[in-house]
Amino acid sequence: MDTTIFLFLLQDGIINGAVYALVAIATVLVFAVTRVILVPQGEFVAFTALTIAALENGTMPSTPWLLLALGVLAAASEFIRHFRELNLRRVVRIVLFDLVLPVALLLLTRTLAPMKLGQVTNILLAIALITPMGPMIYRIAFEPIAHSSVLVLLMAAFGVHFSLTGLGLLFFGPEGTGTAPLSQASFSLGNLVVTGQSVAVLIVTAVLLVLFALFFGRTLLGKALRACSSNRIGARLVGIPTSAAGQIAFALAAGLGAISGVLVGPLMTVFYDSGFLIGLKAFVAAILGGLVSYPATVLAALGVGFAESLFSFWASNFKEVLVFTLIIPVLAWRSVYAPHAEETE
Amino acid sequence: MSAPLLDVRDLCVSYGRAQVVHDVSIKVDAGGLVTVIGSNGAGKTTLLNAIMGLLRAKGHIGFRDREIAAVALESRVQAGLCLVPERRELFADMPVEDNLLLGGFRRSRAERKQTLAEVFTRLPRLKERRQQLAGTLSGGERQMLAMGRALMARPVLLMLDEPSLGLAPRIVRDVFHILTDLRKSGVSILLVEQNARAALEVADYAYVMELGAITKQGSPAEIARDPRLVESYLGLGGNEY
Amino acid sequence: MKFSRAMIPGVCALAILIVPFTGLLPDYWVTLFNYIGISSLVAIGLVLLTGVGGMTSFGQAAFVGFGAYTSAVLTLRFGISPWLTLPASLIVTMLVAGLIGAITVRLSGHYLPLGTIAWGIAFFYLFGNLNWLGAHDGLAGIPPLRIGTYALTEPRDYFVVVWIAVVLAVIATQNLLGGRVGRAIRALRRSTRAGEAFGVNTAAAKLMVFVYAAMLAGLAGWLYAHFQRSVSPGPFGIGTGTEYLLMAVLGGAGRVYGAILGAAGITFLRDELQNFLPWLIGNTGNYEAIAFGAVLVLILQTASNGVWPILFGPPPAPTPPKPRDERSPGRALPAPGTPLLRVQQARKTFGGLVAVNDVDFEVESGRIVGLIGPNGAGKSTTFNLITGVLPLSAGQIQFEGHALRAQTPQRAAALGLGRTFQHVEIVADMSVIENVALGAHLLGRAGPLRAIFGLDRSEEALLFADARRQLERVGLADVAFRPAGTLALGQLRLIEVARALCLNPVLLLLDEPAAGLRVGEKKALARLLREVRSEGISVLLVEHDMDFVMSLADALVVLDFGTKIAEGVPAAIRQDPAVLEAYLGGVS
Repeated sequence: MDTTIFLFLLQDGIINGAVYALVAIATVLVFAVTRVILVPQGEFVAFTALTIAALENGTMPSTPWLLLALGVLAAASEFIRHFRELNLRRVVRIVLFDLVLPVALLLLTRTLAPMKLGQVTNILLAIALITPMGPMIYRIAFEPIAHSSVLVLLMAAFGVHFSLTGLGLLFFGPEGTGTAPLSQASFSLGNLVVTGQSVAVLIVTAVLLVLFALFFGRTLLGKALRACSSNRIGARLVGIPTSAAGQIAFALAAGLGAISGVLVGPLMTVFYDSGFLIGLKAFVAAILGGLVSYPATVLAALGVGFAESLFSFWASNFKEVLVFTLIIPVLAWRSVYAPHAEETE
Repeated sequence: MSAPLLDVRDLCVSYGRAQVVHDVSIKVDAGGLVTVIGSNGAGKTTLLNAIMGLLRAKGHIGFRDREIAAVALESRVQAGLCLVPERRELFADMPVEDNLLLGGFRRSRAERKQTLAEVFTRLPRLKERRQQLAGTLSGGERQMLAMGRALMARPVLLMLDEPSLGLAPRIVRDVFHILTDLRKSGVSILLVEQNARAALEVADYAYVMELGAITKQGSPAEIARDPRLVESYLGLGGNEY
Repeated sequence: MKFSRAMIPGVCALAILIVPFTGLLPDYWVTLFNYIGISSLVAIGLVLLTGVGGMTSFGQAAFVGFGAYTSAVLTLRFGISPWLTLPASLIVTMLVAGLIGAITVRLSGHYLPLGTIAWGIAFFYLFGNLNWLGAHDGLAGIPPLRIGTYALTEPRDYFVVVWIAVVLAVIATQNLLGGRVGRAIRALRRSTRAGEAFGVNTAAAKLMVFVYAAMLAGLAGWLYAHFQRSVSPGPFGIGTGTEYLLMAVLGGAGRVYGAILGAAGITFLRDELQNFLPWLIGNTGNYEAIAFGAVLVLILQTASNGVWPILFGPPPAPTPPKPRDERSPGRALPAPGTPLLRVQQARKTFGGLVAVNDVDFEVESGRIVGLIGPNGAGKSTTFNLITGVLPLSAGQIQFEGHALRAQTPQRAAALGLGRTFQHVEIVADMSVIENVALGAHLLGRAGPLRAIFGLDRSEEALLFADARRQLERVGLADVAFRPAGTLALGQLRLIEVARALCLNPVLLLLDEPAAGLRVGEKKALARLLREVRSEGISVLLVEHDMDFVMSLADALVVLDFGTKIAEGVPAAIRQDPAVLEAYLGGVS
């Protein structure tokens, strides 16, 4: 392999890696706050890309209907489970967020879709449609079992993943699409052709990562979110509303997933079930980072992206086998050097 | 005669099918220090957890003239009720200062800053170790941190669950010293303890809890005098084994 | 109870041999039951793995794949008779599980299930990409099982084969769980420390369970291959792996019959969804995935301990074999006064923190020694150094002349060091007598194979006799068969002592044995310890209750900030100014 190919693979790897990094960060965040290993994270990515694709075509995406369905489920779930604690404020909040918001977005999308208003509108609308799904899914599936072990939550995450994938097929159909690139520019760097799209991906990722670090390290709200994962009872005792914290974490995860979807759409053909593989590779990166360290996760994600590029070049059939086999020695290493004291203590 | 600060009436708490607390009624007056003593398994921790809102309970919990039995835990903290739990429940992977700041989560930024300074004055050991991770502190320091964190919320009523647990007599004395100081500065205290000797020394009023129910109440002197209690529940010095 | 449980296998055998041929069940149902049977095998292994071994695996479907593909390749490519490929399938699965398991069982906490996801996916893609396995299309035309010239292609005929396999698996698993190794792995789930303190080799035990579960899955794979008569990677991926896990969850942790119920439940559910949903919604699509996911989440929210326990309550108390009259050979105890344990300049540092600072003391045979000191003095750390839980940074600990430098808790147990724990480490869902019998783990030798074939009964009778004797000694013989989780703390502490005594110890190491006990219970404990001392067993205890330890101990060692500050008889220690200073902060 000569330098050109190597650099090409490197670039390819880094771009993919950047997307994995965003999704992986979201995975680590959700785990840190709620102890849920969010297997369906990838669905947010795929659905966003599919939404944008539909908008670019001038057709009405089915996403608002999915959002409304989830909203109805979330509202029903809260009404039934928290029947005794209902007061006017809470009911109003549920109705506004779970019912009024999706309906409003539905009407908005219906109006805007045929107008083909341009890339920025499409992106913002798609993100607006996907992000509220996060807190809804949290309330439907995970909040009722918030005190369970990581394992039970992991199984529930698989359940959500199966359902969402099935819903994806129902709402988006079996065909795949791509979206328009964020930037048509391209320029040469020596032997290498660098596209504007690649640069955009890197810039967006870098900015988000910095914002993230600041939020969690410096702000009280960020620390409060960390406290929820550090000691849930302690967090409640100082008055941190842990349920709200979970919803915020899921909202951030869905938002990050959505932005990743925006970035990934131009890079590949996205199907209703593409999210799974993207989510899994991000998951590999998150595991390599120990599910705790953000910088390690970002590095790991870039590494996974690069390894994937290399493997597709060398042994494309076995690239998944190799990528997933990679995790095992790392898990073993982490078990020895950074064992996780399980919740009982 | 003003209404009591905390007025618990006929409180019942169940774990699954087992009822752990039976029709318990206790009162704490503003500015008072009340203790609930009893041996292991009496239901004292359950009682405090129910008053705080960690557990669901049946009955009445009046706090500052409001009925709070159906109010969410977070709102009870907001209203001025704080608990220092038996297991401390600190944020072990975060530094002392962050633990304290989070204690003031529901207060304003200015209040937090001021209260932090006050807490550091009252508990200078914490100031020395402000950047140290909470998980690396000793038992006594952890207890101090747990108390400091609760104080950051500027509570009107501070509840403590067995603050002497696992601590050497010297440190227990220091802790109780802090409690009497706190009381002087206007914080009311509800103290649950297995170590009756230390608790009776500082309290105005005492309840004895056995198997989930209050079996005796009165002034500390009265309680200490009852020979049956001395024998079985108080673990006072002088036992021969 | 004993009578009816023994009848179950007989009733089942009759049902298996007769029912499918009565014409009561249509073919469709018989086929469904065959799939339930096959899944049950995987679920039984998984229920053992998760509920008993405490390890959750998402990847069992991969082992089913190994079993199926092995048989497919051997029969199609090499023309080997299907019956002969059964041992081959089992061996291949055993070898793969041995390799994968060696790493997997060493993963801690939730890294373990994540590891299983990793190799589960890796194997799936491996199956799908190897050309000699037929890649994505798989292999077809696998020959059926034959008896003589009669081919077992009818679902009814296959029903007999599948369900005989299930019955055998249930019997084998129950036998395994009831034996010595079974006790060890059941203890593992609750706490590895208790098992290890009595000689259980955690990694080996976990690996054994892992391989056993994998082999059951391999057996299921073999049955699948010769029923379906074709294999492709599809059913061997993470989706199916999660389904098996759901069956185990539904069935309830550690409940063998529950596994079968779980398998039945999920299989019926899938079947109904496949038939019902398209009818309801009007067109075909992947709706079963949506419903399946929703059902999974709902089950986890409402019955995460499984449905079987809800229907049938906790497992029945085991029927241990009748205790024999003889007792296990005791250990020769040294003469009173002989130095037994020598802690020599023991030092333990954690990074920059010196937790144990050149501590030096002796425990003589036939004595009760108390290790006391204020909170944070390093008592528990010293204790952990002696019991082998923590390695020494410097210095030596000698026991009966053996240097305990790089020792493990298992070695300590073998040398005759029995211990109890500060936070009681009892297996709540095992009966009291089984918990105590765990202490005798090293006195027995029966391994998994002997247990499975029921050849360990006489050894078990001996071990249970020992356990019963120790329970009588601590006064708890009347609760021997109750689940340990129903007892109060005081009783549990006594049971921990009984368990330690089952080891035939030379030295008992007790970690805060009186914590949380009422006065009456403390008196009983003191009586027991004095009795133990009079038999020549020595005791080293860490304790906070000064009254208790002062009345009981022959000698006291006082630590403060990791350093020994005083040593001597209680009367002297009570007046020692250094001790008073450490505890009370100056004379009050």
